[in-house]
Amino acid sequence: MATKKIKLVFLEILGFILLLVFFSPFFVVIMNSSKNAIEVKNFPIKLPDNWFQIFDNIAEIMGRDNINYFSSFFDSVVITTISLAAIGVFSAMAAWVLVRTKTKYSLIIFMIFLSGMVLPFQVVMLPLVRLMQTIKDITGIQLKASYLGIILAYIGFGAPLSVFLFHGFIKSIPMDIEEAAIIDGCSKTQVFFKIILPILKPIFVTLLVLNGMWIWNDYLLPILILGKGGDIQTLPLSVSVLAGNYDKEWSLILTSVLMAAAPVVVLFLFAQKHIIKGMTSGAIK
Amino acid sequence: MNDFLKGLKRVGIKLGFFAITVLTILLLPIFSLIRIIEKIFKAKILYFDPKKERNSVGRYLIDNWIGETYQAQNNRVFVYFLFPALGAFLLFVALPFIQGIYFSMTDWTGLNDPSFIGLINYKTIFLDYEFGFSFLRTAIYAILNIALINVVAFSLATLVTQNLKLKNVYRAGFFMPNLIGGLVLGYIWKFIVDKVIVQMGGVFSPSLLINGNTAFLSLLIVVTWQYAGYIMMIYIAAIQNIPQDLVEASEIDGANSWQKFRNITFPLVAQAFTVAMFLTLVTAFKQFDTVISLTQGGPAFVLPEWIGNIYGLNLLPVVQSTDLVAINIYNEAFVNYNMGIGQAKAIVFFLILLVISLIQVYYNKKKEVEL
Repeated sequence: MATKKIKLVFLEILGFILLLVFFSPFFVVIMNSSKNAIEVKNFPIKLPDNWFQIFDNIAEIMGRDNINYFSSFFDSVVITTISLAAIGVFSAMAAWVLVRTKTKYSLIIFMIFLSGMVLPFQVVMLPLVRLMQTIKDITGIQLKASYLGIILAYIGFGAPLSVFLFHGFIKSIPMDIEEAAIIDGCSKTQVFFKIILPILKPIFVTLLVLNGMWIWNDYLLPILILGKGGDIQTLPLSVSVLAGNYDKEWSLILTSVLMAAAPVVVLFLFAQKHIIKGMTSGAIK
Repeated sequence: MNDFLKGLKRVGIKLGFFAITVLTILLLPIFSLIRIIEKIFKAKILYFDPKKERNSVGRYLIDNWIGETYQAQNNRVFVYFLFPALGAFLLFVALPFIQGIYFSMTDWTGLNDPSFIGLINYKTIFLDYEFGFSFLRTAIYAILNIALINVVAFSLATLVTQNLKLKNVYRAGFFMPNLIGGLVLGYIWKFIVDKVIVQMGGVFSPSLLINGNTAFLSLLIVVTWQYAGYIMMIYIAAIQNIPQDLVEASEIDGANSWQKFRNITFPLVAQAFTVAMFLTLVTAFKQFDTVISLTQGGPAFVLPEWIGNIYGLNLLPVVQSTDLVAINIYNEAFVNYNMGIGQAKAIVFFLILLVISLIQVYYNKKKEVEL
């Protein structure tokens, strides 16, 4: 028994050391975003002289025109939330009618969605940019550098996985519930929004997490559709603008990195259980 | 004459767009709206006599669209509910994909009007040693990545499934790097490698990112650090699913830790291992963000002379060390402006990923049968 206890203490210490190793990059970031430019350049390992320098750095980033932290934070939030809501509701709607209408069309359409899961973004990106330009030439609808374009693109790219996961879940919901609701006088639309959508909550949360992580941190789609330094910027884009333009100002870059990462980390601390469950269960399916 | 044809084509495209828009977005909803108004005011606005309408548009509309039957309601809901997701998917994923197959056979540069040149682009990329190297590099990267991530993740998972006091803190902590985007992580590590580790001197100075091999190694470490926590969670779920009575039975039979691991834990976690392996494989092939911020595909790297001889080059072949396929495609398209060649590369990339996915599906199906 005693050896077992010693073993556990040893493992506890090992775990703690590993945790410190895993966290060391974050310590370095926090430490160095609390320094001014000269300090970072000369003493990157030393503890900062004045921890409050971080607020000066934050203020400096807020003030810079080309970074526009507030506006890019706002853009990121708008793009992520609208895309998430739209992907969730629209995919659930599509998956529901695909499950409940048993014709060959629904099977074919489901297969089309499934094949979309295999497509890497690289194979679509070049024609997509051209297509958005063509649509603008023909109809005058601005898709490049607009919320509409990027959100529609996220719906298109997010739909296959979401439809697939919803499809699997809806199949397990008994038809009796829907029939009961129809007998009680619900229309088909009401059946979906009042009966089915609430039942889908667990898988909905999973998809919110999976898609949310992807959209919030995505870089390739925003850079193609929004472009670097445009009016609409997401957080990864504005960090890359800063890192590209002021290659030597590491204190500011690291502060902006910290500011870009902070919202997700804070969210994680509050919704840890959901996030971990969402990301792992989504992957296994 | 050519201009006239082009003009005609443009008008044709415009008319096509117009027709699709009118039909799907305006006409059918308007019929539905009319039906709703009819219902509210109990009046007949759009009246079709079912007896008179035979084999006509009117008949179709009554039976399948504006009618009161369950079938008609079903059809309306089917189209309206499917439209947003399917429309966005077809317009922004399926259509560009089909266009892309055509563009990969054109001399498209992003500025000109692409014209058809057959399979020349595919021949070009086949003879392009940089792309060949890029694929090889990605394959090596993927294999090393799979090995490293899975070993680290599995060790971490066995550690945090022990009866430790702070195990939930460890789990969350190891998972944390995964929350932050690859691009941002790349900048963090670029600072660490370029500015912090350099101070230690010795092997670490000058920066590891200047040399081809060490830059590649740094990339592997960064991605392992980022991804191990995620894969760890998959293993934790698998380990926790192991029935406790099996473990107890083996303890009664006198199995030691290694035997328990070898004969119980490992076989029962094998399923999760397949999942984790394919997950890391696909992400390794698609790796883009972290490379862009960490190394930009760089630093240059000289291959041995005999490789140049295979391709019939006079000069020593110079390649980029971390030039993974995703980066190579991006650079071909947006730095060299060879969109046609870039698209052809993307198609080849897609085919390889497709093969990987099919193998994965096959394996999973086989496993399901066994269980």
